[in-house]
Amino acid sequence: MEILKPAIAGTMESSDAQVTIEPGTAGIELTLTSSVMNQYGRQIRSTILETLERLGVASARVTVVDKGALDCTLKARVECAVFRSCGQSAANIPWGGAVR
Amino acid sequence: MKNAVGREIPDALLTGGREVYQGKNHMDGRYIQKAAPKTRRCEKPQESKVVESIAQALRQCKAANGMTFSFHHHLRDGDYVVNMVMQTAIEQLGLEELTIAATSLGSAHDPIADYIEAGKVVGIQTSGIRGRMGEVVSAGKLKTPAVIRSHGGRPRAIEGGEVHIDIAFIAAPTSDCMGNCRGIGGKSNCGSLGYAMTDARYADHVVVITDCLVDFPNMPASVEAIDVDAVVVVDSIGNPQKIASAAARISQNPRDLMMAEDVAKVIASTPYFKDGFSFQTGVGGPSLAANLFLEQYMDDRGIRMGWAIGGICGPMVELLKKGKVGKVIDVQDFDLDGVNSIHQTPGHFEMSASQYANPANKGAFVNKLDFVVLAALEIDTSFNVNVLTGSDGVLRGAPGGHPDAAAGSKCCIIVTPLIRGRMATVCEHVVTVTTPGDCVDVLVTDYGIAVNPLRPDLIQCLDAAGIPHVGIETLKEKAYALVGTPDDLEWEEQVVAVLEARDGTILDVVRKIRPFTLG
Repeated sequence: MEILKPAIAGTMESSDAQVTIEPGTAGIELTLTSSVMNQYGRQIRSTILETLERLGVASARVTVVDKGALDCTLKARVECAVFRSCGQSAANIPWGGAVR
Repeated sequence: MKNAVGREIPDALLTGGREVYQGKNHMDGRYIQKAAPKTRRCEKPQESKVVESIAQALRQCKAANGMTFSFHHHLRDGDYVVNMVMQTAIEQLGLEELTIAATSLGSAHDPIADYIEAGKVVGIQTSGIRGRMGEVVSAGKLKTPAVIRSHGGRPRAIEGGEVHIDIAFIAAPTSDCMGNCRGIGGKSNCGSLGYAMTDARYADHVVVITDCLVDFPNMPASVEAIDVDAVVVVDSIGNPQKIASAAARISQNPRDLMMAEDVAKVIASTPYFKDGFSFQTGVGGPSLAANLFLEQYMDDRGIRMGWAIGGICGPMVELLKKGKVGKVIDVQDFDLDGVNSIHQTPGHFEMSASQYANPANKGAFVNKLDFVVLAALEIDTSFNVNVLTGSDGVLRGAPGGHPDAAAGSKCCIIVTPLIRGRMATVCEHVVTVTTPGDCVDVLVTDYGIAVNPLRPDLIQCLDAAGIPHVGIETLKEKAYALVGTPDDLEWEEQVVAVLEARDGTILDVVRKIRPFTLG
């Protein structure tokens, strides 16, 4: 999927993550901060990158402020930000397909 | 050298007869040579000990470079006294190379972090360390490793001369002109002054700082004039709103209540739950709520609690007033109900930290405890508990009386949710061992109960009562299934804090955290 406009999903609440996604040109540029960086930073990064890959996002600037979200929450927030950024979040979400 | 909880203790720390932790009651029966202070004779009658300023009191007590100043933490996050004294000593008198020996320190003391960074404060001895001070110490900026002790370990170390206090500062809600202090009757009341008592008796000099001077004699005194050199009257010793909260409320969170109910069930299943039993609980959500459910079991069986100790708050005072507990013995108050009850409600007494928890004396209350209910930041599969370092390895907590009550009690119950956000509370290895697993008996979580295999008698009790329980490994696996297996923290070599077991052996060390890169 192609990132057309900046979009945001999630909150700064504890156990959530706020994902901001913007159009980019040089692959995935990820900026990650997390309240559990030392113990889970690497796992969080790979969850985000895998989710973007599954959605077919090749280029984007992605900023994630993680407040201790579980993997399922991280995936959902990334998916939502991506669909919002290409104006497809209102209908025809591929439940069970790219979104699972 | 590896100690009994599997922690590698650097040999460089094992000097002067210092040993590594070798299991509970290891020091039992040994003799301790008590260290007496060198105090000034006040033979000539004085009208008053009130002096004009903290600076004058410091000069009178011959404050000098390299000294150890002690403080107590009854004013909690409302305390102004530590900062006031250190600012005067460093900025007005130009002192340096100072050590702060406090019963605990909190985020109220953030400004001290600047004095650590400037090299003016070179040593910290405390139970709690949080906020900016925790951060700068964890970053390796304190000249000597901080020494972390439990509330019982501190009076042991003072009495044994391991900590020599040059000047003790007593933050007193009321004092008379000679230095008889109480924690009540003023405008910044804190109730018990239990943590200050050993300091006052073993320091070379004692300075009382109060914001409410009362008529002589201020009786019954918690800290007595016979130990006091000078009294300073200031505008305010602390922010009353932060000293004692309005009232510790019992949690309405259904998860907390469920765990609290399980705690009460476990307690009621043991042979120690009989008329006259003794009890200590923390003020955390599920620990405090356990009071509520316990009361139901007491009513059902027609029994009363004999006595309760610890940090005291409203729900315990209420049990006392209802006649459901015989006596409450109080080292610190957490809310206004506790503050307003001590010395007022019949049966509500004050005690010193030594009387509360010192493992080297001959009658600490913790040793007579049947039950203690405590919280944890982390607990590992060997039942070791961490209440000091966060999941990033930074100092942000306090052992407090946790290790003392756990070691002394017949049944120590840890109650904690299995996970907090993405942090697994039940884990393979805790970051820092603050209470050794041989002192912990039962773990209650929202996903199940585990009993320490060292206590087959308690396993039988739970089985007989039909309370389901699992191995602690099962709980750890459940936690990791939810949040993932955490990566190990990465450390530098430098030791930033030494964690003493309550008996004075070394339980663990905290090293400088290596800055994290995703790499």
